[in-house]
Amino acid sequence: MSDAGDGPRIGADEWVARSGERAEARGGIVGRLRELYERVPKPAVFAFFVAVGALVPLLTAQTDNDIYFLRVGTVALVFALLALGLNVAVGFAGLLDLGYIAYYGIGAYGYAFLSSDKHGVHWGAWLVIPLVVTASALIGLLLALPSRRLVGDYLAIVTLFFGQIFYVIATQGYRISFLGLNKDLGFDRANWDLTGGPNGIANVDRIGAFGLTASSERAYFYITLVAVVVVFAGLTLANRSRTGRAWRALNDDMLAAQAMSMPVNWLKLLAVAVGAAVAALAGTINAALLQGAFPDDYNTQVLIIIYAMVILGGAGSLAGAVLGAVLVSVLMLEGLRPQTPIGDLTGNGRWVFYAAILLVLVATIRPLRRLAAILGGIAVFGVLVHTIVAATTARGTDGLLNTGPETFEEGGPLGWLVRNWLALPGGTYEVGSRTWFNIALVGLIALMLCVTLVKGWVRDALIVPAVWLAGFVWETRLVIEASGPTRLLLLGVMLIVVMVARPQGLLGRPRVEIV
Amino acid sequence: MAALLELTKVSKAFGGLQCVSDLDLDVGDGEIVSVIGPNGAGKTTLFNLVTGIYRPDAGDIRFDGESIVGLAPHKITNRGVARTFQTLRLFLNMSVKENVMAATYGRTRASLLESMLRLPRARREERRTNAVAAEKLSFFGERLMGYRWNQPAYSLSYANRRRLEIARATATSPRLLLLDEPAAGMNPVETHEITELIAKLRDDGGYAILVIEHDMHVVEGISDRVVALDHGIKIAEGTFDEVATSPRVVEAYLGASATERK
Repeated sequence: MSDAGDGPRIGADEWVARSGERAEARGGIVGRLRELYERVPKPAVFAFFVAVGALVPLLTAQTDNDIYFLRVGTVALVFALLALGLNVAVGFAGLLDLGYIAYYGIGAYGYAFLSSDKHGVHWGAWLVIPLVVTASALIGLLLALPSRRLVGDYLAIVTLFFGQIFYVIATQGYRISFLGLNKDLGFDRANWDLTGGPNGIANVDRIGAFGLTASSERAYFYITLVAVVVVFAGLTLANRSRTGRAWRALNDDMLAAQAMSMPVNWLKLLAVAVGAAVAALAGTINAALLQGAFPDDYNTQVLIIIYAMVILGGAGSLAGAVLGAVLVSVLMLEGLRPQTPIGDLTGNGRWVFYAAILLVLVATIRPLRRLAAILGGIAVFGVLVHTIVAATTARGTDGLLNTGPETFEEGGPLGWLVRNWLALPGGTYEVGSRTWFNIALVGLIALMLCVTLVKGWVRDALIVPAVWLAGFVWETRLVIEASGPTRLLLLGVMLIVVMVARPQGLLGRPRVEIV
Repeated sequence: MAALLELTKVSKAFGGLQCVSDLDLDVGDGEIVSVIGPNGAGKTTLFNLVTGIYRPDAGDIRFDGESIVGLAPHKITNRGVARTFQTLRLFLNMSVKENVMAATYGRTRASLLESMLRLPRARREERRTNAVAAEKLSFFGERLMGYRWNQPAYSLSYANRRRLEIARATATSPRLLLLDEPAAGMNPVETHEITELIAKLRDDGGYAILVIEHDMHVVEGISDRVVALDHGIKIAEGTFDEVATSPRVVEAYLGASATERK
């Protein structure tokens, strides 16, 4: 079942089998750096990344630009929390929990109920957050109870149903009544408004305690960072404890786990409850950050994005979950916006786009000389096409760039590179690009499919025109016409590529399922 | 003295197929009992009944004087019954050492919160768990020691995976070990080794052992008593020689004509 190539070799003592390989790897600069890294104690690595995170806000000022940047960071950290929580059920215990998004929503709505004018309750965050987190964990236990015997896709359907129920309650919860008989039963209203329906709950209080209120963007960044650090540390210790080992054991073999004295049903409930608590914590922070709770922040699409983060980073790896969350939320959700809310930040989409492609290539292609060959191939291919097109057509190759500054000259060094690499049809935007865009898009999709189907040098050769076409499609129309779907599309492409090359995710360890 | 494990008139059927019927079986303290029989005789079903994976249709299973029928598998393990699997069922993606450590779950008590806060009880238990893992793995000499501790279990050779299954089972601190074909797929040298090992498990570990085995050399080498099953019915019981020469056993393995020709 596993490839003869890089996959885990079952029954083969890899340490012995690869001792030669290791000795070789140690020789190069990469090997020496890795060796150096492995000698650094793990808590020091953790502290380093926390310190880097903590320094981010200090690099920003109180301008609109920087506040936007900081908000992107805070949102990424909220997603990191969510990915960490999901990793407990999905990565550790191996439970396909599709109801996870409900706990995020419960956290947000729970906070909104107890800290807004909606129901006239304004309790302090020091009370509300622990309360909501605990309540969410209990609800997690309760919801997992009927599905505790289920695994795999059966569990997925049941939990998906719970997630959907939450969304229905959130959107329809503004007209709750007893079968429409409220008046007849003697209540003073025909129906009650609990959740605010599609409009959600606005004017939610900021996080505050003992007279202090966190109102600045910076404060929320730090609050969320502290939450991530605490949850990360807690889950790392949990993973190494008897409970963590039991979760991973039941992920590998439920029957054997039972036979080895582990109460698997209880362990599953516990995994869901811990995840629910973390998700609720993220929800409370999000509600305070947005000063509101709105149903569409807690729907299935968001769930899928959180899953993408966990899978991309590597299910089972906590560092991977954080990396996946930061990559997806910063690059895909924010970076690829054609225009940020702030005027002069437009154009970073192009940087992000090419950086993402480069990152995927660097992360997935080994050894280095193969990577160099592909990157060189991409550069030569583009310049070649550019030269040929420029020489044969009168229309020119200086079509408009649709992201960022309007002409190549204003596009900076990257714009200059792109101009000489791509061959964009000249003329006005409307006339020039539509046909070529359509052809390129179909070609790109076909090429991407081929790339996932073939192996070896053919794949390497196909990657070259695929990247070029991706650049073409990006620069001509895609981003400006449909930025939302494009971002999800790119996320999908990135996932496909990473999963084909590195099924275990960026930081995950390769898994063996059955022998 | 009452037997450690005692099955009385245990029956189990799947649909119309009677896998085990009216089976009486007992294993005394410190005794090694072998179960033999052709494929489909109901040997593994017997293990699944004892360990609580199946519930018997009729009859009673008592361990240490108390009935364990209807208990969840992990509770039966906590009472002191541990098993290995015929088709290896290790936690393949965990390290060799973690496989053994995981099996101490039932013997430790620290809650998740205690572990996350690293409270004294959690730390103490973790130290003990580490010691237990080291002890159980060192039982196999150098085979599972050294760098192999931190290797994923899937990287082990077949024979080493069988050894790890036994180490993992003993980490649950059992009084009775159920070994399902411990010598299956092993070469003659390893088979010989496992024979000595099972005796050592009883002598040093003090476990009572119920073992399913097809290799008659192993059965002959280790058994205090042999029980032969066919179609879920006990057809012979006694010393190895008694069972091996029993006409019903020969018939079960070789067919009716084999006995007639004698």
